[in-house]
Amino acid sequence: MSDGSSRPPGRPSAGTARVPASARWRDRAAGLAGLPVALALRLLDPLMAAVQRLIGAGRMPYVFLFPNFVFFGLFVFLPIGINLVFSVTGGPALFPSERPFVGAEQYAYLFDCGSYLDPSSCREDHFWRGVSNTAVFVLFQVGTMVLVSLLTALVLNRPIRGRGFFRAVYFFPVLLSPVVVALIWKWILQRDGLLNAAITSLGGQKILFFVDPSWAMFWAVFVSVWAHMGFYTLILLAGLQAIPSDLYEAAEMDRTPRWRILWRITLPLLWPNMIVVIVLSLIKGVQTFDEVFVLTGGGPGTATLMVVQYIYETAFANQVQNFGLAAAASVVLGLVLFALTLAQLAATRMKER
Amino acid sequence: MAALARLLGARRDGPGRPLHWTDIASYAYLAFGVVLMFGPVLWLVFSSFKTQSALLEFPPSLMPMAQVEVTVAGQPNPLPLFRATLPDGSVKELAQIRRVGLVAQMVDPAEPDKTYRVAIDKREPVRKVALATENYTEPLRQFAFLRFLSNSLFVTVVATAITLLINSMAAYGLAVYEFRGKTAATLAVIGTLMIPITIVLVPVYLVVTELGLVNSLWAVILPGAATPTGVFLLRQYMLTLPRDLIEAARMDKASEWQIYWRIVMPLTLPALAVLAIFSIMWRWNEFLWPLAVLTKTEVYTLQIGLAAFQGELQTQWHYLLAMTVVTLAPVALVFVFLQRFITTGIGSTGMK
Repeated sequence: MSDGSSRPPGRPSAGTARVPASARWRDRAAGLAGLPVALALRLLDPLMAAVQRLIGAGRMPYVFLFPNFVFFGLFVFLPIGINLVFSVTGGPALFPSERPFVGAEQYAYLFDCGSYLDPSSCREDHFWRGVSNTAVFVLFQVGTMVLVSLLTALVLNRPIRGRGFFRAVYFFPVLLSPVVVALIWKWILQRDGLLNAAITSLGGQKILFFVDPSWAMFWAVFVSVWAHMGFYTLILLAGLQAIPSDLYEAAEMDRTPRWRILWRITLPLLWPNMIVVIVLSLIKGVQTFDEVFVLTGGGPGTATLMVVQYIYETAFANQVQNFGLAAAASVVLGLVLFALTLAQLAATRMKER
Repeated sequence: MAALARLLGARRDGPGRPLHWTDIASYAYLAFGVVLMFGPVLWLVFSSFKTQSALLEFPPSLMPMAQVEVTVAGQPNPLPLFRATLPDGSVKELAQIRRVGLVAQMVDPAEPDKTYRVAIDKREPVRKVALATENYTEPLRQFAFLRFLSNSLFVTVVATAITLLINSMAAYGLAVYEFRGKTAATLAVIGTLMIPITIVLVPVYLVVTELGLVNSLWAVILPGAATPTGVFLLRQYMLTLPRDLIEAARMDKASEWQIYWRIVMPLTLPALAVLAIFSIMWRWNEFLWPLAVLTKTEVYTLQIGLAAFQGELQTQWHYLLAMTVVTLAPVALVFVFLQRFITTGIGSTGMK
């Protein structure tokens, strides 16, 4: 959390007595948000004193954990169980007691395919379109993301002027809401938008980006990378700054060529961070929904329909709400995410080693 | 050029180093990045001040422009101003009274009695920069955007307060005490990290329905209030606090709750601030879950309202762009004041 870690090497700190403006604003923001919390803490004081007298100080940790775990129980653990129940029952009812048991029928329906490589041969073709679109999306998105954030982190790690400013520039879109990001680009990419104006001024023809399936997918990937690369750049930058500088000094003494330093020192030492970036962006990429949904609506046709959009529409937006099928698809997605998370944990352990 | 090279070449780690081609490439890359990252946002802001007719122009102009209108004596309405080329070759600024076919009937604002007939291809509109602020005021009046805005504010503030309270309590319990089931509780928190709302959408909807909360803002606030990230962040921070403080307070007969809120909480403020900022961002930008659980316009948050607005009123870009700017503004402000803090926070915690 300390500011010192981010300070570029070779520049002395500006004195510890001065409180940086960001810290002042941070404290003000925290104070504002914390006001109702502070009030609640004070009001709960007599109640909690009574509770402690009643159960004894030794049982107080359970009291502290209780509210948080009520929320976890109601909105995480219980739903996992209900999700499984939903996925093995049928019918349009929402309440599990009113739903007839159908066994693995939902899963069988979901996986009923002539060939898994051809979504149109499946009974639930929208699900498989979603799966194949998500696979294509994730493949290109993660690949581009890693390359672009690596390049940006390498550039930002050089002794350049205004590094803090440039780092902020790349990070800015991370904070924007997916809806805002999608609308910004939709406005630029529309038929009479800025990009088409640039193309026609260079003598080209207007392109209808959201009518052509390949262009729609391209922009879905592009916008997603644009919005999130700042986050991954920061992770890689932190990794680059953790590489001991005496390694570089030694290499410079030996007059090692730059590309060789990059290839033999920087990249191997950065590899654990790269794995974290790859796995994290995989986990986020598989769950892609909002940006693409607002940008293309899943179209043209089903060209950019993602798995999460399929789940949302099957459960909530279609004429017939099919909770069972949506739950079965969620379970499948959950298993994929579980595998990816295990990979992430393994990667983090590798990084710590 | 030489001065520029000297400026760029003056490195932080030692003056007088010659400028390598990779330095130039780096600055070029960064300059390109500034345009690519800020450009689209600036374009949105400029566009949001254009009138509906200016938005339809192709190719679009950078600045919001509008045709100048003048009031001419003897004419009931303000008239659009043109720069007309007269048959004798002179150029004069004239106001157009009406247009008949290919000919416009025009008048000189200085001499209202004298009218001219000008072919329409011989005149060009006189334009100046004009901000169409009605793009901002109209949707707040005409549509429910003010409602969406206050809904978003309510969700953000209340949810962040609840998150800070229950997460810090759980973190305190896990950081300070030894008790039976501690390992299980810690593992349970890690487990919830793996369950994003995307895969429990349907059952959480059921729980919220059973609680009678569908189409209420509490349905958005409650499910995400207990965050595993928050518990971990605060616990890690509390673990670094000196134990003696807590022991000393116990000696003085402080209750466990008093130790928590009078001693540990004030010392945890930096970590609480990080969590508060992140919670504000999460809540302000949240989309999928509110989209599933809010179906009535009165309870829409800003994000849902914006998405619905662009779906049903495709052509009203002038309102849509302005409301997008309104949605983006608080985030941009937070960023300007706290960017250094946020970026270093992410760098060291790896959370988003």
